[in-house]
Amino acid sequence: MSDLARTPKVAFRNPADEGRTTKIVLLLLSLAFLVFFLFLPLLSVFVEALREGWETYFEALAEPDAWAAIRLTLLVAAIAVPLNLVFGLCASWAIAKFEFKGKAFLITLIDLPFSISPVISGLVYVLLFGSGSLLGPLLKSWGVEILFAVPGIVLATVFVTFPFVARELIPLMQDQGSGDEEAALSLGASGWQTFRYVTLPNIKWGLLYGVLLCNARAMGEFGAVSVVSGRIRGLTNTMPLHVEILYNEYNMVAAFAVASLLALLALVTLALKTLLELQFGAGNAGGRH
Amino acid sequence: MEVTINNIRKEFERFPALNDVSLKIASGELIALLGPSGSGKTTLLRLIAGLDFPTAGKIFFGDEDASNHSVQERNVGFVFQHYALFRHMTVAENIGFGLKVRPSSSRPPKSEIRRRVSDLLDMVQLGGLEKRYPNQLSGGQRQRVALARAMAIEPRILLLDEPFGALDAKVRKELRRWLREFHDRTGHTTVFVTHDQEEALELADRVVVMSQGKIEQVGSADDVYDRPGSPFVFSFIGESSHLPVEVKERTVLFQGQPIGISESVDGGGELFFRPEDVSLVDAPDALFGKVTACRRLAGTRIAEIDIANDGYAPYHVEVEVSLHAPVALGSVVRFRPTRWKVFTNN
Repeated sequence: MSDLARTPKVAFRNPADEGRTTKIVLLLLSLAFLVFFLFLPLLSVFVEALREGWETYFEALAEPDAWAAIRLTLLVAAIAVPLNLVFGLCASWAIAKFEFKGKAFLITLIDLPFSISPVISGLVYVLLFGSGSLLGPLLKSWGVEILFAVPGIVLATVFVTFPFVARELIPLMQDQGSGDEEAALSLGASGWQTFRYVTLPNIKWGLLYGVLLCNARAMGEFGAVSVVSGRIRGLTNTMPLHVEILYNEYNMVAAFAVASLLALLALVTLALKTLLELQFGAGNAGGRH
Repeated sequence: MEVTINNIRKEFERFPALNDVSLKIASGELIALLGPSGSGKTTLLRLIAGLDFPTAGKIFFGDEDASNHSVQERNVGFVFQHYALFRHMTVAENIGFGLKVRPSSSRPPKSEIRRRVSDLLDMVQLGGLEKRYPNQLSGGQRQRVALARAMAIEPRILLLDEPFGALDAKVRKELRRWLREFHDRTGHTTVFVTHDQEEALELADRVVVMSQGKIEQVGSADDVYDRPGSPFVFSFIGESSHLPVEVKERTVLFQGQPIGISESVDGGGELFFRPEDVSLVDAPDALFGKVTACRRLAGTRIAEIDIANDGYAPYHVEVEVSLHAPVALGSVVRFRPTRWKVFTNN
């Protein structure tokens, strides 16, 4: 007992640990930041949208131009996301499983859409397909419209959202190596069987996560799409563009109604992602040898 | 299945991993590829499997030239170092995988697959674990599932990459004996890679000692231990000491002095001997040095001796002495190798 009594008053502490005050201050700071910069603005979107009641809210959403913007946004995402799913899979497969020259260059290229401003991405397509370009008039003579039409919006969205799936999969696949694939091949499986039964199950959560992020961005993309869309109401307006137009027309309730729907889509994505992470985390802890 | 490897060369980015390797493996043999890391042993195993392809040279399975056959066509059972079990499949699904992916013409019906899986599980003594997932198994159990999975495709040869590398010492010993029995029961031609010489010497019919992309020696455990064919094998397998010597008129000279042993070929070279092949002598023509340390080793004692003569570089050798030998720390002892080998420089 006398030994215990002589234990120093200051308890032994993990060297990486901090004092109580530091912890509280750090926690409060980050909480305050989150509340003021994220939670309140998000809340105000919904409050503003519902200021004149549910009826006005739904009317604003059912308005033909708003409805067209919602449909266009869903259509663009429905095209861009599967495309990037396939591209992302191919690229990460190539990078993670093969050795080839220019690999570092390819990785940098995949990151390109992240590093340049979306407006520039949009302008690139204007340069490529605009009336002053080589391709634009040629395609027009065949009756194919790229700029100020759905194809241009899809192209710009694909460009901007390309990295999400690949970025998610490359580290995952590199980490897993090709041992499982070699095992499957040595057991007589064909390339496709190996992909279907071994690779895909190994990466499915990462893939889904990448697709969700890609989808969130595809629906929310503003900069690149605003350059190529031409903003023709009811035709080439996506939801983010429509929100801006309504806002500029001081149609606050309608603007916030559409914005709230967009935010809701993002929140659902986030919730799904969190659920997946829980699942992913559990699968990870148990699934590693 | 007999396997013949003819003048295989393998380069990775122009760095040769294997250099002109030839080896004949008899049907039903249990062969160990033994060597330090980077010696090319795993590369050779992967070339036999068809997981990699040689830059030059040929591999025959029996009379059939398998050099250009894919891994699927070669029909080999490969057990990976970390087992590479499919983590999202149960034990039964893992073992049945090779049968499930066969083209429909040769795929056995489901009931037949189930029966074979259960037979294989019994064979590796894991009956009843069908529904477990790999992460619910111990290391030794995973190892045996990997083996059962490789055996399910009725392979022509069985290849194992560091089969016991990831296991703790006790399980390793058990599995080693078990694998030998398994091999004797099934009679498959088996090649395994290891860096553990004890494992190789105990388990294999023949040991292939490799270093720097070349085969140094092929032989039984007795061959490679008692009659090492190169300085590398002598120092890699078992304990040994070596000293630079010169042979003049059949007398072995160390630092210009005779040490009481003779050789048949004259010239400069390197004298190798094992600690246990040394006797203490009381004669002028012998090696001598100061005892710097003594270690008790089971029934004997190992004395570490520093040989330091004026004008020469110092050398360090280890000799085994009886427990009663007068080898006090700091004392000078005289000794001669009783069995030795001189590898001449030319």
